[in-house]
Amino acid sequence: MKLGFLVDLNLCMGCKGCEVACKVENEVPLSTWRLRVKYIDIGTFPDTSRSFTPLRCNHCESAPCERICPVSALHYLENGIVNVDSARCIGCAGCMMACPYGAIYMDPETNTADKCTYCAHRIESGMMPACVVVCPVQANIFGDIEDDNSNISQYIMEHQGAVQVRKPEKNTKPTHFYVGGGTQTLDPLAHERLEGYGLFNNVTHLEAIGDKHHSVLDRFLAPFESEEKYDNRSFVDFDNKDYKSELTQGDK
Amino acid sequence: MESTIHATQAVVSLDVALPGIIWGWMITLNMWAKSIGTGVILVGAFLLYRHKREEMPNLRWMMPLLAFIFLNIFLLFTLTDLHQPYRMVNIFLHPHWTSAITVGAWMASLFLLLITIMLIIGVGEELPGVPFKGCKLTAWGRNKGGLYDALFPFVVFLAIPVTLYTAIIMAESSARELWQAPAEVMQMMWAAFMAGASALILVSSNWSKEARRDLALVLAIATFFSFMMYMGEYFFSFKSAEGEATLAFVHSGGPYNIEFWFGMVLGFIIPFFIAVGNMKSDNKTLLRVAAILALVGLYMAKDVWLKIPQLLNLS
Ligand code: SF4
Ligand code: SF4
Repeated sequence: MKLGFLVDLNLCMGCKGCEVACKVENEVPLSTWRLRVKYIDIGTFPDTSRSFTPLRCNHCESAPCERICPVSALHYLENGIVNVDSARCIGCAGCMMACPYGAIYMDPETNTADKCTYCAHRIESGMMPACVVVCPVQANIFGDIEDDNSNISQYIMEHQGAVQVRKPEKNTKPTHFYVGGGTQTLDPLAHERLEGYGLFNNVTHLEAIGDKHHSVLDRFLAPFESEEKYDNRSFVDFDNKDYKSELTQGDK
Repeated sequence: MESTIHATQAVVSLDVALPGIIWGWMITLNMWAKSIGTGVILVGAFLLYRHKREEMPNLRWMMPLLAFIFLNIFLLFTLTDLHQPYRMVNIFLHPHWTSAITVGAWMASLFLLLITIMLIIGVGEELPGVPFKGCKLTAWGRNKGGLYDALFPFVVFLAIPVTLYTAIIMAESSARELWQAPAEVMQMMWAAFMAGASALILVSSNWSKEARRDLALVLAIATFFSFMMYMGEYFFSFKSAEGEATLAFVHSGGPYNIEFWFGMVLGFIIPFFIAVGNMKSDNKTLLRVAAILALVGLYMAKDVWLKIPQLLNLS
């Protein structure tokens, strides 16, 4: 079994439902994202069009992030998902340097790497990823790309010749496909990204990687004085039992 | 690349904030210090091969001392740059061997251990009473000259992969097109020779002229070839769109243009000419200036090369 994604950009209307669902489902902190929908305006006034491109981790079959991670915090699941275990992560940011799609962020609450996991926790219990469920036009198609009868495989076959991945030249072998995309939408070098206030928001860069108030000294002192419950805990404990039990207590 | 045709011009009209520089000055310092730490061993080995020990009276303890200091700086900043420094231990308890970070951390730790043993023996043999009278550690090292000589070939051999593994980390950074394995491997090697020769020049005032001439020779060769490689990449990377877009940050008008050329002139061009001149007539002061300039310029060049690929938007 190999799980894959396909986004039909002809259907996507840029409602950002998937982006919001992902934020809520995975409690993605402010200033970071696992899935975002990018608006790109193409053409010159008055002949312009707006395209919407949902961008998430591609769960590459030959993932540079997995290769570079020194402690296997990024690892493959049997179903092909590139999963991340923040309890193992040492915060070296190697994966952020390696992922050609900028799909990984340093969680400002835990100061560990995180990214889209295709909602591995939902899949484990037989549910679809949150972004798939929420999409009002079914632009997100998810399933087993090794099963010729799956929805996604059928969709790929129907659109043969028009199915694209991002940056194929990087040899990452993404399992995340697009239909209806073009160079202008899928190649970040093919569009301008002007900093500053645009039509909707302030297009900008992050001030810091991880928590911006987490100085170098804080990194060393955190386990001893941190008020953050989950910060810097169990640094040698892969199962991270403390973390889990605290989470359950917190949930009650 | 951005299109010049009206119909295909494209501009982002809504997006999230993207990360800026992820690996900053701490990683520059880390690479720079490691170049000195391994470079003094490589260049020291070359000198010991070419000259008698008496011609370089302090080399036996100075070489491991310099390596020890700069490898510790390198490891300190490696650790400090981690967002979860204490979890560094996971690299040793749960290593993932496809990662050059893992392989490098193991090799660098072993390298530092061997250097520490050599330092204890070197100081024990040559500097009685240092660090204090009755120090058991150096007393142990006093009669272990044979062990020093036996370890040295392994240390020299290990210095090569310890120098090079950072280049492989850069090569594994698939998002950064500028860093190609062959170029980075060679640049790391030249940087080690440059930094090693420069550091040893600064402690070579009572060495023989011939030994110093060899240091000048190593410095001249390393600065020349490293500079040529930078120039090759700077001017002729037009084959790759990402490579060119990255180099735009350092080309004329780019934000890193001045730092880059300062680094090139200070660290490569001037030291090269001084070193070449010094091979004819020995001028200790001028050679020391060249060494300091080379170390400063190398830091700047490394800093630029580390940061510019991170300025590119990845998605
Ligand atoms: S898209 Fe990036 S984060 Fe996702 S698997 Fe590929 S390399 Fe890793
Ligand atoms: S930041 Fe964490 S997940 Fe990323 S490579 Fe380093 S240890 Fe692995």
